[in-house]
Amino acid sequence: MNDLLVDVRDLSVRYTLSRSFADLLRRKPGRELAAVDGAHLAIRKGEAVGLVGESGSGKSSLGRALLRLTPATGEVRFDGTDVLRQDRRSLLAYRKRAQMVFQDPLASLNPRFKVGEALAEVLRVHRLTRREEIPGRVAALLDTVGLDTEFADRRPRGLSGGQCQRVGIARALAVEPEFIIADEPVSALDLSIQAQILNLFLRLQREMQLTMLFISHDLGVVHHLCQRVAVMYLGRIVEEGPADEIFYHPKHPYTQSLVEAMPRVEFPKGRRELPRLEGEPPSPADKPPGCAFHPRCPHVMDACRQDPPPSIRRVGAAATACHLYPETEKA
Amino acid sequence: MTLLDVAGLRTEFATPTRAVAAVDGLSFQLRPGEILGLVGESGSGKTVACRSLLRLLPSRRARIAAGTVMFENRDLMRLSEAEMRVVRGRDIAMIFQNPASHLDPVFTVGDLIAEPLIWHFGESRRAARKRAVELLRQVGIPDPAGQIERYPHQFSGGMKQRVMIAAALACEPKILLADEPTTALDVTVQAQILRLLLDLRDRTGLAIVLVTHDIGVVAETCDSVVVLYSGRVMECGGTQDVLTRPRHPYTRGLLDSLPTTAARGAELPSISGYPPPLDRLPQGCRFHPRCRFAIDRCRREPIELETVDDGHASACVRWREVMEVGP
Repeated sequence: MNDLLVDVRDLSVRYTLSRSFADLLRRKPGRELAAVDGAHLAIRKGEAVGLVGESGSGKSSLGRALLRLTPATGEVRFDGTDVLRQDRRSLLAYRKRAQMVFQDPLASLNPRFKVGEALAEVLRVHRLTRREEIPGRVAALLDTVGLDTEFADRRPRGLSGGQCQRVGIARALAVEPEFIIADEPVSALDLSIQAQILNLFLRLQREMQLTMLFISHDLGVVHHLCQRVAVMYLGRIVEEGPADEIFYHPKHPYTQSLVEAMPRVEFPKGRRELPRLEGEPPSPADKPPGCAFHPRCPHVMDACRQDPPPSIRRVGAAATACHLYPETEKA
Repeated sequence: MTLLDVAGLRTEFATPTRAVAAVDGLSFQLRPGEILGLVGESGSGKTVACRSLLRLLPSRRARIAAGTVMFENRDLMRLSEAEMRVVRGRDIAMIFQNPASHLDPVFTVGDLIAEPLIWHFGESRRAARKRAVELLRQVGIPDPAGQIERYPHQFSGGMKQRVMIAAALACEPKILLADEPTTALDVTVQAQILRLLLDLRDRTGLAIVLVTHDIGVVAETCDSVVVLYSGRVMECGGTQDVLTRPRHPYTRGLLDSLPTTAARGAELPSISGYPPPLDRLPQGCRFHPRCRFAIDRCRREPIELETVDDGHASACVRWREVMEVGP
């Protein structure tokens, strides 16, 4: 497909666990943990894709790997070029086209920099704007994210969470990127502020045709913002498809329990029975054999305990990796 | 029958210049077996309110400036510290958002759960430990007898929360104050903990004050709800009444902000602006600078709660219009 902007193939992110002192003495090698394990993901130009999962699912590692903020193996093709094999100079050029927005906007802003300085630095590093034009460009960026020009002289400490996140978004937009990875950008925000920031993302998508990977633990948020959704569990993408399909007709038992577990404001309710999914996600350092979800899966079969699930394949309008859907189903 | 009757509670914090009220004029009643939600955004005073009930605030900086909290014919705000210690944990227990920082890491979970039994009832260590196993089983921890010698850090987040609930329930309190008990948990684990709280209520008639920022959690679990904004009650009533027929622009705005209620990809009718800092509260209704219904009166004088329906009250002068106008 030629309108493909990001094509992730067989991406893995492995971390080496720190060794105990006893293991150091015995010169035992550190154990490895696969935070992301052979993920495939395709994002078309102008599309917003949501990446959903619980803590430890590897969704943040995947997002960071796309910008080479963490070492990874596999392929990340951006507009045809493999990002993971780029030299320093082309990497800088890549980061002019792809940017990241972080969860904790205060922690990702330098406390010593005024907001205006933080934005000006991006413009300088990427040599985007002539010196005398920088203040005007900073003002325009602040305006885009709905902040008054006076914020240029404020420091991050004096800002509320929502205002900080707007600055974080402005900084990402400074390079006029084509692709933005937003890692839980609204999770730390109150509901009324979350709605403001979601509206901002919607407007940016519409007006700038931004391509986005939106990482969140909140399926409701992702469904609202994204055209397609991928669901991760313990390092693997277990289901992927159109947002409505994932939200209303989930195929993978894990997606089903995720959708069921979402607290809803729905009345009248005969106090709907809260879902009975047992257990908690195991540590990614200690994955169960076979399908990683099998100890919690209500539909577990013998095959799930022994064999890893089949690779992700089409089931209806979505795609899933689950033993429940064995042979090729007609799309 | 009312189990807990809170009236006109006002909690002040000292700042270098003057005292600011983090909670101002909070009133509600709690019946046995009722789950009441205290809902609000950060800084709304929901946690301070909850801690005020048990007088668990730093005494140098915070003080209860007004109000009564009647429990079994006694005003908790007027008890001596010694009397209060008997109430805490035995009659009214509390659980917190982050179990890891509220479970002492140097004690085994068996000791943590047994301690209140030994302290309040003078039970023997052996009897208390036996009871601890039973409590762990009640909160759904598998193989409870085998877990009792383990330490909190050996449990996952959801299991730690279960341990804290077990310790809170040890003395069979009549009221459980739960301060964001599921906020730090994954959504599938959150559902398990909420189900546990509902089961406990059904089995034992425990009354619960559930502090949360999540309206979905309120809708799923609470019988009644108090909506707080900047320390003031904006609206209160039965959960279904308040969430399906909100009579305050703030409640309405929160519901409109939920991405799940809007059409996919549609602009959310969000509340503009930000909540005011406590030391710079606006005159009149504290919500008026963000309110699209605000009129002159809202800017001049505080708006008191007014009954709008049976058991449903709103602190808005224009409550009749709140649902009639589009987003």
